[in-house]
Formats: sequence, structure tokens, C-alpha cells
Amino acid sequence: MRFAFTEQQTEFRDAVRQVLTKECTPDDLRAAFDTPAARTERWTTLAEMGVVGLTVPEPRGGLGLDLLDLVPLLEEAGRSALPEPLIETTGLAAPLLAAFPSDRSADWLEGIAGGQITAAVAPVDVISGSVGSPAGQATVPAAVGADLYILSSASGIHAVPCTDVMVTPVPSLDPTRRLGTIDWEPTTTTLIASGEDAREALAHLADRASVATAAELLGLADRMISIAAAYAKERNQFGKPIGSFQAVKHLLAGVQVKLEFARPAVYGAAWSLGQVEPAGSASGSRGASLAKAYASDAATEAARVSLQVHGAIGYTWECDLHLYLKRAWALAESWGSSADHRSRILASLVEELHQTQD
Amino acid sequence: MKNTSDGAMDLRFTPAQEEFRAEARHWLAANSPAPGSLPSLDTPDGFEAHRDWEQAMFADRWSVVSWPEEFGGRDVGILEWLIFEEEYWRIQAPVRVSQNGVFLLAPTMFEFGTDAQKARFLRPMASGEEIWCQGWSEPDAGSDLAGIRSRAERSPDDDGWLLTGQKTWASRGAYAEWCFGLFRTDPGAERHRGLTYFLMAMDSTGVTVRPIPQIDGEPGFAEIFFESVFVPDSQVLGGVGQGWSVAMATAGSERGLSLRSPARYTEAASRLVSLYAERLDRDPARAARSADAVAQAWMDAEAYRLNTYWTASRVLAGGTVGPEASANKIHWSETDLAIHRTALGLLGPEAELTGGGGVAGNPWLDGFLFALAGPIYAGTNEIQRNVVAERLLGLPRA
Repeated sequence: MRFAFTEQQTEFRDAVRQVLTKECTPDDLRAAFDTPAARTERWTTLAEMGVVGLTVPEPRGGLGLDLLDLVPLLEEAGRSALPEPLIETTGLAAPLLAAFPSDRSADWLEGIAGGQITAAVAPVDVISGSVGSPAGQATVPAAVGADLYILSSASGIHAVPCTDVMVTPVPSLDPTRRLGTIDWEPTTTTLIASGEDAREALAHLADRASVATAAELLGLADRMISIAAAYAKERNQFGKPIGSFQAVKHLLAGVQVKLEFARPAVYGAAWSLGQVEPAGSASGSRGASLAKAYASDAATEAARVSLQVHGAIGYTWECDLHLYLKRAWALAESWGSSADHRSRILASLVEELHQTQD
Repeated sequence: MKNTSDGAMDLRFTPAQEEFRAEARHWLAANSPAPGSLPSLDTPDGFEAHRDWEQAMFADRWSVVSWPEEFGGRDVGILEWLIFEEEYWRIQAPVRVSQNGVFLLAPTMFEFGTDAQKARFLRPMASGEEIWCQGWSEPDAGSDLAGIRSRAERSPDDDGWLLTGQKTWASRGAYAEWCFGLFRTDPGAERHRGLTYFLMAMDSTGVTVRPIPQIDGEPGFAEIFFESVFVPDSQVLGGVGQGWSVAMATAGSERGLSLRSPARYTEAASRLVSLYAERLDRDPARAARSADAVAQAWMDAEAYRLNTYWTASRVLAGGTVGPEASANKIHWSETDLAIHRTALGLLGPEAELTGGGGVAGNPWLDGFLFALAGPIYAGTNEIQRNVVAERLLGLPRA
């Protein structure tokens, strides 16, 4: 039992924080709101640091590491509300391409590690395990301007180059989400996994995406709480900083406690998913659901509380807070809402109970 | 027990730890009374029955596994203690009647006690021969603990102290043999200064105990009146005037790692899931309305387990438990309440039924009443939120 990150993991996280503090400021986010892009100079910097290629195998120019190593960096991405698709490209697409090699996967992996290729991944419904939403055609995050699309059809999982798809942008509250619907034709050339392999990979994809998204939400929650705590120290009413009032203290303390408990949930889930146990194992999936539900709830409460602590100024476009709120709201409902994940956990626990009773 | 202080994250236990778990499981299965078979520990018979259980554990060195062997322990580390607790709660072994001594006083005594004090007090504490109660609260000192007015003056022969005053809400005070608590030794000093930590025999001349029935009707609390009670110098823990910092060390263990191990909640949460599954067969529509709360309660317990191992790893790597202990206390107390409140919701009209044998006849109701105390004792959750806001987030004091 050693439930802690290594010194190396911590140092990498600190380095990424340092870079993003400089290169992903609120002003940079405003610029990204105006002109969202899949690849930026910042993305190139992250690629040069090895962040983007973290999960790309070493022979393809990456670091050959896994989700557990990525989680602290995703937390930093969340803290800065990084607009580029680190979850999709590094967290999801690269490991899939590495697990299911095709003629083109070597080029794509090298392109990802080099920062020339970003990916979009069609979300899997965490309850049904199938792609898309029951409500209609799925909106895919990071779709507008992506170079590579991980999509699914009845035949299996496909890796589709941008030349073979047509993307229709779908507006989001957070324009950096670059949502879109995708028209495409599955072919044998694009197919990378089928049958049981594909089913297992999709289940694992949902778990990984839940944990990766949860990690960004941790960083977002931490950022919103610290912005609000800083404001509570400088804003005076009744002749005192508002942060000295218990009503304000208890709001912030309540969400801080939620965040403290969400962190180990996310780290533990990332560790579990990296174990040899079969992809989509019941306890691993429950851990992923716990991580996502806890992080989503911590982040949405952090959004609610940080806005409340700011009062009217927090409700303006001018105040930086909304840049983080919007990402938090979007990610909280991506890859399963907290209610979805609670429902998934309970179904799994009851199923296990019936199995042990039989 | 050594923990690897470097190397990659690994949430598995070592083979030696799994062996320890198997040994604990085996012993508990062979020796633990059936769940709910002992009378309430707040009744005279129940208190003695729980004491007998402590003695049985002590005889086979299971009552204080993390203590050094010379005091009756097995000298194992925090992870083994957590493993033992998992097995203890899994089998629903009895509530620890000696918990005030073992979990709250002992950590303080190991840190601040003299060798003579350790030799005198620890073994009888571990065996259940001497059971301790806590003399913290006073009628005018609850959340504002520094408002303590009970005082201690030098004895005429200058060989000890004479204690006078009133303590209240002392859990197990009606039956305990010993009491630890804070008294004011320097009436001129500021609030937090001038306090001293004393160890008092409850059968000393001048001690009067008045039991207070708790919400379940059993005398779980007591008021303790001290009228010039002589306490020798050998029963001062830590230095004279150092009581506040010595006591805060105990408060840290109470809220932090030692008082409420996660197994208590993960096991209660599993039983809640079983209750849900059972109700789902009988009345699916009704059960479905509680589904979200059942899942949340299970998650809260699981998050607590993970957070505890996260904290334990930090402590094993040389870190400390600081204001995080306050976050911890808020979380476990609210988790306990959520688990039991949700169970009552599943029970519906059966929730209020006691079966005629008092509250203990309905374990979910009994657990609910117990859980309600959690946000109050060990420093109210409102005080803990102040600590989190001020010490973790740096907000200014009022």
C-alpha cells in the first residue's frame, strides 16, 4: 500500500503548472473563447514537454506512460481550463491507437506525440455502454478542427482521418469545447477493433474518460475555490473582509471538504484502471464512477459557491470566474452525470450481491 | 511495519499484511460475540459485557494491535491497524467500550506521558480493567473549550492538586473508573494558557457522578462534580500549564485517523446496499426512490476509505495530519448520518419500530441516533468548518 504519487510524477505536475500559469491565463482563455482552435502554440509547448505524447509508446516518440501519470497533469489542465484536447488526444485516442495497431496508427501516434495531430472521441453512454446518446446524434467534444476521429459503429471502433468526415459545429456555452456532430461512413480501412475486443475497449474507454474528466474537474474546482477565497479576503463589507463571516466561511469550507475527498477517489480509480484486471471489471468501473460523480459534484458545488461568494461581479462577463464555471458545468455532464454514475454504481453493487447469493 | 517510501503507487497490501488480515479474521470469527448480542454498553450489564469482550481481546493481543508489545499490543503499523479494523467491522464485533482510553487518551500518553505513567496506565486501559471517560465539556465550555472554568489549586502539602468544578457530557462517565480532562491551574492566565491535563480516579473522595440519560433513554452521559478532589503530581499529563496543546493532540487523533476508521462506514454502507436490494424485491417503486441516496451513501463511505489510505500513506512518509483532520471529521460524521438516514427512508413505516426492547431492537434506528451525535462531538462540524476555512483556505478569523 503506497497511495501517493512519485517524486517524478509530482515534479512533472509542477512543471506543467508553471508553464500553464504563464501560457494559459484568463486573457488567453478569452482569446480561445473568441477563436477556438484544436492546436495552438501552447499545445506545441506541451508536446515538446512530453505532455501530449505521455501515453504514446516510446518507439513512436512518446513517454509510454499511462492514465495514472496523466491524472496530475490533467488536474493542472483543469486548474488553467486548458482549451486544447488533452483528455481526448492523450487520455483516450493514443492508448486506443496503441492497443489496436493499424496501417496508419504509427503515423498518427507519432503525429500526436509531435503535437501535429489532435483527436476527437465520440462519447460512450456510461449506462448502456453504447455510443451516442438516446436523445439523438451525439455531439462530440473537440470535434471542430480535429485531425483524427475515434468513432464507433455497429461494426466496431474506427479511427477516421479528418478527410473522411464532415463536421457540423454545435454551439456550446463554452466555445472552447468545439462541439460538433459528425457525418461519416464506416469502412474496413477505418476499423481498428471489432466484436468482443471493441465492446471491452468501449467499456474501458468510458471508464478512462470518466477518470480523465474527473481529474480536470478536480483542477477546475480547486481553481474556482482559490479564486473565491482570494476574493473573500480582499472584498470588504460591514468594515471587514467577507471571508471573516462564518456564513461565507462555511460555504467555502463545505466545498473544500468535498474536493479533498474527491482527490483520492480520482487517484485510486486511475490506479485501478491501470491494473491487469480485465478492462471494465466491476470494481474498476465502480471506482471510475465514484471518481466522476465525486469530482463532478465537487466542481459544480465549487462553481455555485464561488459565484455566490463573488456576488454580482461574479455574474459578469468581465470577471474571469465564468471562464472556469462554464468548463466545469460542461465537463460535469460529459461522460455521465453524477446521477448517471450513481445509478451505474448501484446497479453494479446489486448485481454483485445477487451473484454472491447465488 | 515499514512502508515503501518510494516506488510507484500501489494500493495492494503485502502478503504479510494479508496474512495478518487472515489471522485477525480467523480470531474474530472464533471469538467475537454475535452481532447485537451484547446489551447496550450504556447499561450496567452491557458495560460489563463489553468489558469482558475487551479482556478477551487483550488476552490474545487483539485489543490494541498498534501498541508496543510491552503494553499488550503487536507493534504493527497504521496500515495493519486499518486492516484489523476492516475485519472488526466486517464481522460486526461489539462497540469498543474502552475507546476513550485506547483511541483518544493513549496517543496523547504515548506522546506526552512519563515512563511511570505509561507503565501504570496503559496495560489496564488495553485490558478493559480500567475504562476511561473524557472530562472536556463544562456547562459553559462546549465549542468554546478554552472557556473552561473548573480549576485546580496546589494541595496544602504541595504534593499535588485539588480539583474543583463541573464536567458534563462525559460519555461512559456513569461507569468509568478513570477520567482525563482539563482544569485551570493559573486563573490569571489568558484563556488557552493556564490549563493543565489531569488524570483522575473516579472513586477519589470528592467526585460525584450524576448519570444523564441520552436520547435513547440509556445513561450514556454523566455530569461529574469535583469538590476539592486530590490528584497527585504524578497524574499530570504533559507539563503544568501545557494542557491546551496536550489536549489538542488528542483532539487531532479524535478527528483524524484513530477514532473512526473507515471500515465502520464501508460495512454499514454494504449493509445499506443489502437492505436496498432486499426492498427492491418487495417494493421496487419505493426502493427506487431511495436509489440515488443509497448510491451516494456507499460512495461517501468508499471515498472516506480511499482518503484514509491516502492520509495514512502521507503519515508513513513522514507527513502529519493537520487541519485536514477537520475535513475528515465533517466527512465521516455526515457519511454516518447519510447511511442511516437513507436506511430509515427504505424502511419507511418500519423505521420507528423498536420491537419493544428499546432503540437497540432496531439497529438502523439505533445507528441513526448514534450518528446524530457525530456532527456534535469531537468539536462540532461548524467549528470544523471554521478550521477548514481559516487553516486550509487562509480566510481571516472573525
